Amino acid sequence: MSKTQLVEQLKSGLDAPICLTWELTYACNLECVHCLSSSGRRDPRELTTDEAKAVLDELHDLQVFYINMGGGEPMIRRDFFELLEYSISRGIGVKFSTNGAFIDTAKAKRLAAMDYLDIQISLDGTDAVTNDAVRGEGSYDTAIQAMNHLREAGFGEFKISVVVTRYNVDQLDESKALADEYGAQLRITRLRPSGRGADSWHDLHPTQAQQRQIYDWLVLNGENVLTGDSFFHLNALGEEPLPGLNMCGAGRVVCLIDPIGDVYACPFVIHDEFKAGSVRDDGGFSQVWKQSDLFTELREPQSAGACSGCGEFDACQGGCMAAKFFTGLPLDGPDPECVKGHGEAALLAASSVQVPKPMMDHSKPSRVPVTIGRR
Amino acid sequence: MTDSLLEQRLMLHPQVALRPEPFGALAYHYGNRKLVFLKHPDVVRLVRALDGTGTTAEKLSECKIDAARWPSFEHALANLHASEMLK
Repeated sequence: MSKTQLVEQLKSGLDAPICLTWELTYACNLECVHCLSSSGRRDPRELTTDEAKAVLDELHDLQVFYINMGGGEPMIRRDFFELLEYSISRGIGVKFSTNGAFIDTAKAKRLAAMDYLDIQISLDGTDAVTNDAVRGEGSYDTAIQAMNHLREAGFGEFKISVVVTRYNVDQLDESKALADEYGAQLRITRLRPSGRGADSWHDLHPTQAQQRQIYDWLVLNGENVLTGDSFFHLNALGEEPLPGLNMCGAGRVVCLIDPIGDVYACPFVIHDEFKAGSVRDDGGFSQVWKQSDLFTELREPQSAGACSGCGEFDACQGGCMAAKFFTGLPLDGPDPECVKGHGEAALLAASSVQVPKPMMDHSKPSRVPVTIGRR
Repeated sequence: MTDSLLEQRLMLHPQVALRPEPFGALAYHYGNRKLVFLKHPDVVRLVRALDGTGTTAEKLSECKIDAARWPSFEHALANLHASEMLK
């Protein structure tokens, strides 16, 4: 079976996800402007420890080999280590994403002693000015400190995860060098207009010229960096496909469980339109994965729609569903960052339509300056 | 240079788990964290039969794999061996 045949097979779905992301909490100490889950405050409906363990039992039965834990900041949960240890004891490896604020010397040692565990530190720039503009003041130093603790504790190869923006795209080589310095692995992913990203995307997303820059960089360095296969829309730029499967895995090989147990097609579409069900429903996660209407539909052949006339559709697959949805574009048309320029025209055409708003906003209330005294 | 894989007594690495899928199976190595697609049910059948007790050629016969297909199986096993799924 060739790679193309395998991709066709994967599009019709797997018996269980390969890449399952589980956001453990909406609580976060940071307020990144591009947060996919609009995190900030904990949701009172979040899964209890027992409920979370029951989900892990189910994932064990489904033979899910590993999961990605995130948030919010997952380490804020009081039962974080309990869930981590439980998951690993059930044969489910964990990679968790963190801003590093809670990795002190002691926790780094504890983490370094565990098997089947990967840690991914988020860092959106190789200097404080670039990073902190997106992730908040002090967040660069926090991340570097966590990386130092992990190195001192002998954790081994952790991951540094960079969301590529207009402002850090020139730092790809430096990011790689930083990762190398720490014996870490670099992961770069695509900025999505999801969550709070809906508001910041227009200012942050890479320009057309920068898309070419990312593609060229990945052609040279792609084998040694992780991308979560997130740049497949760039494949229309050249003959050489980027490493990876180059397909949208939403609902087919990928899904998201949010902190309250709702199951979405992927981590970038926290919206009712892409909600397949809940782990709290009868039949639990398995039923949602195997039988929900949404996932069944996503596993059917998708139409190229407005892109069918473009010779590059096979290469770019029409791009990212989430990017289209949250910029108000039709799902069977070009990606807003279509490298052939069709996205810009589509964005103009869509500028008068109502863009869907993220539905689960856990952002902290904005700080309004308070005037004290008589008016 | 080692013998041909056909002459070796291979076995599935104890840290590898196989998960059945419509196209065959997924193999995951908990040690090196590699994920490999076994893209044909017959390859899955063969891999499950590899327990170190007989040579690959013997196992291919036991699994009633037509000799004409052996080269493609040898190729598949070489990939699995390279990713340490088989030892």
